[in-house]
Amino acid sequence: MSRLSATPRSFGAALGSIGSVLLGRTARTVSKLRGSGGSAFPGLVVEKVDPTFLARTLHRLPRGVIVVSGTNGKTTTTKMVVELLQGQGLKVFTNRSGSNFTRGVVASILGEVRLNGKLAADIAVLELDEAHAVHFVKAVRPHHSLLLNVMRDQLDRFGEIDTTAGMLRTIAEHTTEGVVLNREDPRVRAIAHSLKTQEVDYFGLSQSLRSHFPSDDDFHSGPAAADDHPDADVVLEELTDGGGRFTLDGESVETSLTVNGAYNTFNAAAALAVVRQTLGDTVDSPALIKSLSKVSPAFGRGESLTVQGRSLDLVLVKNPSGFRLGLSSFAPTGVATMIAINDNYADGRDMSWLWDVEFDSLAAEGVRMISGVRAYDMALRLKYDAVEFDAVEPDLRLALTQFLAANPGQPARIFCTYTAMLSLRKFLGAYTEVEAF
Amino acid sequence: MAATKPIHVLQLYPRDMNIYGDFGNALVLQRRLQWRGYEPVLHSYDPEDQFPEQVDLIIGGGGQDSGQDKIQADLLRIGEKLHALADTNTPMLMICGLYQLFGHSFRTREGRDIRGVGILDVTTEGTDTRLIGNVVAESKEFGEILGYENHSGQTYLGSGVQPLARVTKGEGNNTQDSHEGARFKNVIGSYLHGSLLPKNPAIADFLISAAVQNRYQETILPAIEPAGAAQPVEELTRRARATATRRPR
Repeated sequence: MSRLSATPRSFGAALGSIGSVLLGRTARTVSKLRGSGGSAFPGLVVEKVDPTFLARTLHRLPRGVIVVSGTNGKTTTTKMVVELLQGQGLKVFTNRSGSNFTRGVVASILGEVRLNGKLAADIAVLELDEAHAVHFVKAVRPHHSLLLNVMRDQLDRFGEIDTTAGMLRTIAEHTTEGVVLNREDPRVRAIAHSLKTQEVDYFGLSQSLRSHFPSDDDFHSGPAAADDHPDADVVLEELTDGGGRFTLDGESVETSLTVNGAYNTFNAAAALAVVRQTLGDTVDSPALIKSLSKVSPAFGRGESLTVQGRSLDLVLVKNPSGFRLGLSSFAPTGVATMIAINDNYADGRDMSWLWDVEFDSLAAEGVRMISGVRAYDMALRLKYDAVEFDAVEPDLRLALTQFLAANPGQPARIFCTYTAMLSLRKFLGAYTEVEAF
Repeated sequence: MAATKPIHVLQLYPRDMNIYGDFGNALVLQRRLQWRGYEPVLHSYDPEDQFPEQVDLIIGGGGQDSGQDKIQADLLRIGEKLHALADTNTPMLMICGLYQLFGHSFRTREGRDIRGVGILDVTTEGTDTRLIGNVVAESKEFGEILGYENHSGQTYLGSGVQPLARVTKGEGNNTQDSHEGARFKNVIGSYLHGSLLPKNPAIADFLISAAVQNRYQETILPAIEPAGAAQPVEELTRRARATATRRPR
């Protein structure tokens, strides 16, 4: 690869993998001692002194790399792919710490690699942010890629949805063996046109489920006609109570799922498709379904906690389609609802997206608490949708305390943006066991 | 006001030009008309549609470059109707992409000229840098205007328009002068979304007031919203605005 050969011989390359691993581990210890907690810092150090470390290490994996990218569902889907492959007897390396940038991957490798630079794994499954994936695939060409969707999100970072779609296209073009595409997303589906040598498979929805998962385009004009849809290897046929019914290459399979929410059930179809493509004829289907039923939600994605004896669901919302799906995936009745909206860099600073979500479904029971930096933007949004709310408290800790105290014994649900979720999880630690991030 | 008094609000190209929560502007107009006892009638106009006979207020939003390509020819097709409405003081609010196309032309980075409908005396040039972030701008008529910009086209005003406001934080129309938006008669163009109208009700009420004045020769009352609301909209707006002015670019 030109990018690798063009890299000048660096200090790290001269040291070799052993030097880089030791250096990275030292950086890791230093950053832990300083309590900075930055999971990507050691990755940054190694990236600087040994730019080919990542490619060298990953190229040695016998079954190569699977990249998972797209706007929504990356983290949960990656976790599913990992556990499905493990259920098939493979040793899997993944960047589970939530660092979906290249240096986060390097940092994850440093945690697991042997001193000689070898990873004890058969295959790597990596969740990559779209913009970073573009750089990653030029250095490390994945064997397979799974492209989920392109939604209105982070327009303040990427500018346009079409730009984001172009990034996913680049990932697909740099994939060597097979690409799995979401048949229901027109921008993702169209990527197939620019692929020549790769095997292309799709995951999709039955006709009856399409209206349940509107795209941003459909939101204003209704779902597009489906006659140009290619056949899909895995189709989510229907949502069942606590699971879903899928068709895998023509065969119908029903399973319960541990993860919540319609969107996670569709993510399961995506994960099944890429694992089936990766393993080909060797796939053990019953084991696949068994693994799938056991996958637990990823951090903050449809997580269910028990707080003061009642259930508390955290639903991550970060863009209009995600918020709409979050609202339509859970029954709005019999539950106390809180919404927490921050506008930090990781959340996106532009509040426009709140106006592309309809909140009518919350009108029947109203919202108990609104919080976060942009609590009053959210309150204004509900006001104009004629949804009643009890209280607005921008301070997340105060809001959580008041919310729990005012609704004792009632199941609770908090829709929250990314950084609001990080804070809420920290505060919830005072009430219950919360898995460390 | 017992008898219903309809006000016809036209959304221009909601299918292709809706990217930054522009639906919020329609919703705010709808509610604030209702709160004053008028009956908002919302029309959508997409390419090839029949242009409604009765139009009291027009709003339009931003789009992807591909969305702008889809609607440009149609916009020129209905240009004469839009000009006539603008000349007779119909209030209009055009955000971002449609603000650009309400000008004379948009010169792309590749040097291609895309013709606009020319209601606003402005021209736009595509650039390689996107101007992105929170904006605070000052207007004599509307006070402090708050919003969020995200555009790579830079717009320059001719002598036939006034700037809507002067930017105190952010960039607005371009990186050269402090202008944000443009104003000709009752037509407003602006780069600001957020959506614009929820946090800038002075602009919403200006549009409504002009529409009601034109249609019924009535002056709207400042008091809105049914009395007794637990959280009055003015108070929520004030607090949302206070937060917005404090946020980083």
